[in-house]
Amino acid sequence: MPHVAIADQTSELHDPRSFITKYIWSQDHKVIAIQYALTAIGVGLIALVLSAMMRLQLGFPDTFDFITPNAYLQFVTMHGMIMVVYLLTALLLGGFGNYLIPLMIGARDMVFPYLNMLSYWTYLLSVLILLASFFVPGGPTGAGWTLYPPQAILPGTPGVDAGIVLMLVSLAVFIIAFTMGGLNYVTTVLQARTHGMTLMRMPLSLWGIFTATVLGLLAFPALLVSAIMMALDKLIGTSFFMPAIVSLGEQLDYTGGSPILFQHLFWFFGHPEVYIVALPAFGMVSDVLAVHARKNIFGYRMMVWAIVIIGFLSFIVWAHHMYVSGMNPVFGYFFATTTLIIAVPTAIKVYNWVLTLWRGNIHLTVPMLFAIGFIFTFTHGGLTGLFLGNVVVDLPLSDTYFVVAHFHMVMGVSPIMVLFAAIYHWFPLVTGKRLHDGLGKLHFWITFLGTYAIYLPMHYLGFLGVPRRYFALGSTDFIPESAQTLNASITVSAIVVGLAQLIFIFNLIWTLRKAKPCSPNPWGAASLEWQTPNVPPRHGNWGQKLPTVYRWAYDYSVPGITSDFIPQNISEDAVIRDAETSGDVDDHSDKGSHT
Amino acid sequence: MKLAIALVILVALSLVFHFISPWWLTPIASNWGSIDDTIEITFWITGAVFVAVNLFLAYVVFRYRFQKNRRAHYEPENKKLEVWLTVITATGVCLMLAPGLVVWAKFVNPPTDAAELEVVAQQWQWGFRFPGEDQTLGKSDVRFISVTNPLGIDPKDPFAQDDIIIDNNELHLPINQAVKVWIRSKDVLHNFAVPQFRVKMDAVPGLVSSLWFTPEKIGRFDILCMELCGIAHHTMRGFVVVDSETDFQQWLSQQPTFASTQGGPVGDAVAGESLYALCSSCHGPRGEGNQALNAPRISGQSPHYLKRQLVYYKAGIRGRHPEDTYGQQMAAMAETLPDETAINDVVAYIQTLSSSTPAATLTGHRDKGQPLFVSCAACHGAQGQGRFSTSAPRLAGLQDWYLKRQLVNYQTGLRGAHAADNFGKQMTLMANMLSDEESMNNLLAYIQSL
Repeated sequence: MPHVAIADQTSELHDPRSFITKYIWSQDHKVIAIQYALTAIGVGLIALVLSAMMRLQLGFPDTFDFITPNAYLQFVTMHGMIMVVYLLTALLLGGFGNYLIPLMIGARDMVFPYLNMLSYWTYLLSVLILLASFFVPGGPTGAGWTLYPPQAILPGTPGVDAGIVLMLVSLAVFIIAFTMGGLNYVTTVLQARTHGMTLMRMPLSLWGIFTATVLGLLAFPALLVSAIMMALDKLIGTSFFMPAIVSLGEQLDYTGGSPILFQHLFWFFGHPEVYIVALPAFGMVSDVLAVHARKNIFGYRMMVWAIVIIGFLSFIVWAHHMYVSGMNPVFGYFFATTTLIIAVPTAIKVYNWVLTLWRGNIHLTVPMLFAIGFIFTFTHGGLTGLFLGNVVVDLPLSDTYFVVAHFHMVMGVSPIMVLFAAIYHWFPLVTGKRLHDGLGKLHFWITFLGTYAIYLPMHYLGFLGVPRRYFALGSTDFIPESAQTLNASITVSAIVVGLAQLIFIFNLIWTLRKAKPCSPNPWGAASLEWQTPNVPPRHGNWGQKLPTVYRWAYDYSVPGITSDFIPQNISEDAVIRDAETSGDVDDHSDKGSHT
Repeated sequence: MKLAIALVILVALSLVFHFISPWWLTPIASNWGSIDDTIEITFWITGAVFVAVNLFLAYVVFRYRFQKNRRAHYEPENKKLEVWLTVITATGVCLMLAPGLVVWAKFVNPPTDAAELEVVAQQWQWGFRFPGEDQTLGKSDVRFISVTNPLGIDPKDPFAQDDIIIDNNELHLPINQAVKVWIRSKDVLHNFAVPQFRVKMDAVPGLVSSLWFTPEKIGRFDILCMELCGIAHHTMRGFVVVDSETDFQQWLSQQPTFASTQGGPVGDAVAGESLYALCSSCHGPRGEGNQALNAPRISGQSPHYLKRQLVYYKAGIRGRHPEDTYGQQMAAMAETLPDETAINDVVAYIQTLSSSTPAATLTGHRDKGQPLFVSCAACHGAQGQGRFSTSAPRLAGLQDWYLKRQLVNYQTGLRGAHAADNFGKQMTLMANMLSDEESMNNLLAYIQSL
């Protein structure tokens, strides 16, 4: 590991001195991580407000004048795109990826710090371009977050002029930002691990982030080319996705293009995107569970392989989003099979999380509450995926609220539960302070129970056949009046959950301003990021000398050891043993360390 | 402890909700009961896993909650347990996948005796075509689409001449006859879905997709567009009416063939002039309308719309609601037009009239009305000029008091509630977005300015 050798010899750390180089044009991965996280959370709050406006229309139709069908579709579209790409992807990889990778592998920083800085500012630019579309004539695009052509660029859809163009440009800029960040994360994990940090000693957070980044680097180009091709169709009249069309009575000049081609490209990105969000969440929740149950993660090797296999399989299931798209239905056999196969490694992950808790010593701290909440919501969301993945079962459910409920459980609520677990868990590392416990618990209970009250009933609207993306249902014979009651109750729950996030924001601000510093490793975590000489870690992370890693990240409650955890950088000789049982301890920790 | 109890309660509530909630698959009306069976199988398997995993989780959270003197068990791996769990999971997956693929094979291979028909989707309406006596659908292409050939059928194709054209949102089908439905779109993506039939498929411009089913219940079922297709997506509704074979044949025989819709007579304005005498008593000699007599301006109005309204009045689709007194007046007047020729003639005469734009009678804020109008413009055009392709009338130049009355009529069901008034249903869904009188006045102020 040449990089490590160089990093070790650094005799003098060049700390940034001015406010600007320290906090604005910063090249420190920790500052960049916080910049990413704050931007993502900020834009996510906008998306949260948009969802509240959608829910107001659905729950109480014809009550709010500013929600027209036009505006409604704009809310739907921007909510979806912001949440998936600009919040979840950016926060999990740009935020947590940036913060945790160098600290968990024992590096001083990312291997390309300047590129890292550029990545954030490019991301910010993409967010600004996206938000600008709210202020152009015609407003943002309302084509749905999938942006399916032809309708995304034809009249009859909201924001068909500047709105869609800004969306496509913003996506392209985002992908450039992601590529700069992503190459950096992958290179850093592969090249800059410290002495003794083998791949199979990495915490699962890193495996999740690393695999997700690889997926992103392979998947985002498909979205980039489709954005470019659609922009060309829109701006200079090419026909990549546009067949001959009569739009609102007018013959257009397009000819020969294929709308389905776009869908294949989009979902070739879009399905891995689900795992770009899910895998970091899988990884981080594993670490939170292990730390707070004082127990090693169960079946570590199986967990690593499950992440890698899921990552691979995620590239050959994309057309399960297209069972009723008009593509050749024979594809259905293949994609249903691959999709259901993914259930196996995913189920194993769920079992292993539960088995990690089994025979543990479970501290129900706030991060742990969110992590266990995640197991529940993810199990639910994963199981409903088996309906939609099985091609023929998808026929009645496709394009209904069942789909909306499913993907919100599996890639909305579940990753966000992990994000909260992660924020509550790593906050002391980042700031040196622990978030307020009582407020955290209140936040958890409202969020956990509230989201289930939103999404469980929503599946049943789907069974009923209520279509998604409808501004209003009106009177439709097969839909009973009671569906409206259900919709109203879903809206009330959604508003409550939305408002509960203010508790979280208040907690962040209150803790930063008023709370007293906590101990440097308050949860007693064994992984490397908690073992820095200063907490929060300073520029360069490790002081003069890089740490050396002797074991995996999960040596909790090792028999015969006095402490209930052994940090990764403690050598065998330095471990303090219970005097009488020291004989057979070596055995256990050897097994555990997977050298 | 609290968390363990919460998990148990959530599992229990989920089960209770499932078994007692009134919301479940709408009663099936086709041959696809096997699809419902696959849903049931999936439900039981996933339900069992859901209950088992979460109850075990609750038990673990309770049993292994933090205790000061306990130390967690140290066990990095348990190969045997992991293999067992993998095998059991894989078995469960196969139990769901296998029947799914078997039923899918049925869906992919329609029966050879299936009757064929075509569904043509456009923003935001449905059209249908039956193959006619030769049992063969004629060729079609987007470039043939015109006002008189809305489905874009090749006028030179001999197989096309006897094709039966249904240029409205209502499709009839005979019971117990398998049908293979070819699906086309003229403009953007749509989706042909009938929840009671369980199957659905996108309509994609540039290609023809298909699905098949056998209707097994007599009745009237909603067709919904289930692929986002623009601002009026939620109004893109239609109906399938499943008839007995004889009723179906009778209905079919009343529908025009493609040949008969081509080169048909257009109205004769000269003949229409004498018919218009009666109209002019209320609508005025120049079609300018008369507020005192509650008559709207009709000069400049889109001919397709005038014709459809006259047909609707005559057929009792409009102007039959007991509280719609003005509509009833007009229905009586429309009765005096004996046949379709008379309607065409009088509409042709109205096209020759011109009158000045009426003055505003309401006060509203034009600027506040503009964002509301964006949704109207999708069908009625950015200038409110009306659009043939979306079956939308001209709004610009119509009296604001008349428009207001119509909006209120749509909202209260005086207009648009008749089962056959599919366009009225669309307009009802749209009119409902106006929550109060003020916003209606603002919108009308904007339309007045066009």
